[in-house]
Amino acid sequence: MTLRTSALVAAAAASALLAGARALAADPPAHPPPTSASGDVMVGLCDGRTSLELKGVKDASQVTPEQARAVADLLMEDWKKKNPDARWDPSPAGAKVAQASQPARPGAKPPTASSGAAEVKKEQGANAQSGHTYGSFSERDQAIWRASTEQFVKEGHRVFHDAKAMGGTVAISCDMCHPDASNTHPETYPKYQVQLGRVALLRDMINWCIQNPVRGKPLADDDPRLRAMEAYIYAQRKGTPLEYGKH
Amino acid sequence: MGRGHKSIETRHHQERDAFFDRLRHLDRRSFMRLAGLSAGIAAAKGLIVPQSFQLVSVAHGAEQRSGFSFAYISDSHLYEQKVNDRFIRSLLRAVDDVNRLSPQPDFVLYGGDLAQLGQKGELDLGAQILKSLKAPVRMMVGEHDWFLDMGARWRELFGEPQYSFDHKGVHFVTLMSVNEKDFWTARGMTPMERMQTVAGLDNGVQSRFEVGPEGRAWLKQDLSRVDKKTPVIVFSHSPLYKYYRPWNFWTEDADEVQAVLAPFEKVTVIHGHTHQLLTQRIGNISFHGMLSTAWPWPYAPEGLPALTVQMNRSDPFSAFDGCGDGRVDVNGNGLADTLYNLWDRNPVTVRAAYLASNGKSDRPAATTLPSY
Repeated sequence: MTLRTSALVAAAAASALLAGARALAADPPAHPPPTSASGDVMVGLCDGRTSLELKGVKDASQVTPEQARAVADLLMEDWKKKNPDARWDPSPAGAKVAQASQPARPGAKPPTASSGAAEVKKEQGANAQSGHTYGSFSERDQAIWRASTEQFVKEGHRVFHDAKAMGGTVAISCDMCHPDASNTHPETYPKYQVQLGRVALLRDMINWCIQNPVRGKPLADDDPRLRAMEAYIYAQRKGTPLEYGKH
Repeated sequence: MGRGHKSIETRHHQERDAFFDRLRHLDRRSFMRLAGLSAGIAAAKGLIVPQSFQLVSVAHGAEQRSGFSFAYISDSHLYEQKVNDRFIRSLLRAVDDVNRLSPQPDFVLYGGDLAQLGQKGELDLGAQILKSLKAPVRMMVGEHDWFLDMGARWRELFGEPQYSFDHKGVHFVTLMSVNEKDFWTARGMTPMERMQTVAGLDNGVQSRFEVGPEGRAWLKQDLSRVDKKTPVIVFSHSPLYKYYRPWNFWTEDADEVQAVLAPFEKVTVIHGHTHQLLTQRIGNISFHGMLSTAWPWPYAPEGLPALTVQMNRSDPFSAFDGCGDGRVDVNGNGLADTLYNLWDRNPVTVRAAYLASNGKSDRPAATTLPSY
């Protein structure tokens, strides 16, 4: 799984827990999981069909992040069995999904043991619209999404600064000419690359550099290293207006 | 390629060689004719100021008896040949350039960062290549030469990094300006880890460059014997002013060093490290950055000195573009015109008059492709 799909799974787990806690609420239209005979918490997957009983757990807010992760993994396994043809991107080597041990941001509420479902439930009294994936999420969810993205960017930073990691053969790494990814101007792509005589994307230029000054082999479009480097390069230009085609 | 086809580079070099060859066999009359011709070519190319490898500025040097020239080569970042020969080829090209200068410069300044990772094989290779320069060489040290063995091998090859000398009425000072406060002991770094940390421009772990208290004391002592009217030229690897801290385009004690130089009427600092055409003036002090032979660096996102006319963006599809070497013509009055010999481009000269007039006159040719 890539980090993106992992984040979706994490989000799915969070909404699954919410679905359990919300089973008794009348709105919005939902596919509540079957109720447990022993009053245990039931967790439903967002496909509306797959569910799991948390044996011995009566209060969803007491579920630890580790338990929630395990539940999400089990549900996912179940879902994959039912959907054998679903395609998933391979996971980048060494990448791990961000977990709940995030450093506290100033002004933010400390993360709770659960996904924050209880707080979201309280807020449901507010005059706010609901939605699907983004229907109800907590600060903790956002922290996870942010951390996952940053981890992707960090992996890009690593590859960008490591000649061997990107398959270089002459000890040249990207940062030698592009400190802080300067002069990579991702905001100007796609554009007509005069020296190539065709329109190029940022990834074409990354691969051009890998083939020429770095003297490595070009990376496939779905190579995790290429994807991570793109993430790092774009992240360095945050706030720069997109100006595709600019020279 | 068909037989007889010559690339644009080949033709450029043949023309240049023929040009310098003719130069050696000139009487005064044909000299003036050629000078006029080359100035005409420069004007036709839209250059306002007559440029370098062109007779006009040579004539200028020849007629002002009190003036002299020195050449520079800088920031070659050599790997050993088995690792990467690209930077070796570039240094060889610069050596050829300088050896081709006629008349020969009085000496050649090597501006530091001869090696990429301070290894014996890299420094020895560099020393060997520089031996083929015809003119005497003055060495300066850079951080890439230093932080593996804290300068041990470099000093064996080239002597102490800090020294001064007098030449034709100008007092020259070479500084060791890439000292860093110890960031490695507490982190338990190996010498190679320390070297690689310093070698990374965007590596925030390292300390900022400084001349340091000892270096400043030495400088003060050295300059105490020099008349304030004597022109002073300082060689420093780091810029001796504060340009952009995150990349260490920066000298932490620049203010203190400038204060030591301030009483002198004419001070020129020639520095390496920044790999770009860079011009600054603070008080009486003019600063000129040297080109690298290895690769150009983009201009920093902020802090660029107002007097700097940026060199055009470099083309990564040419291994030599944005790189080069250069020459400094010291006028009879002790001020320096700095010539940037950008490979396969028209050279750019930053004149003393441009700096002295605070940018009002003698502006170098304009930038047509500024950085993103």
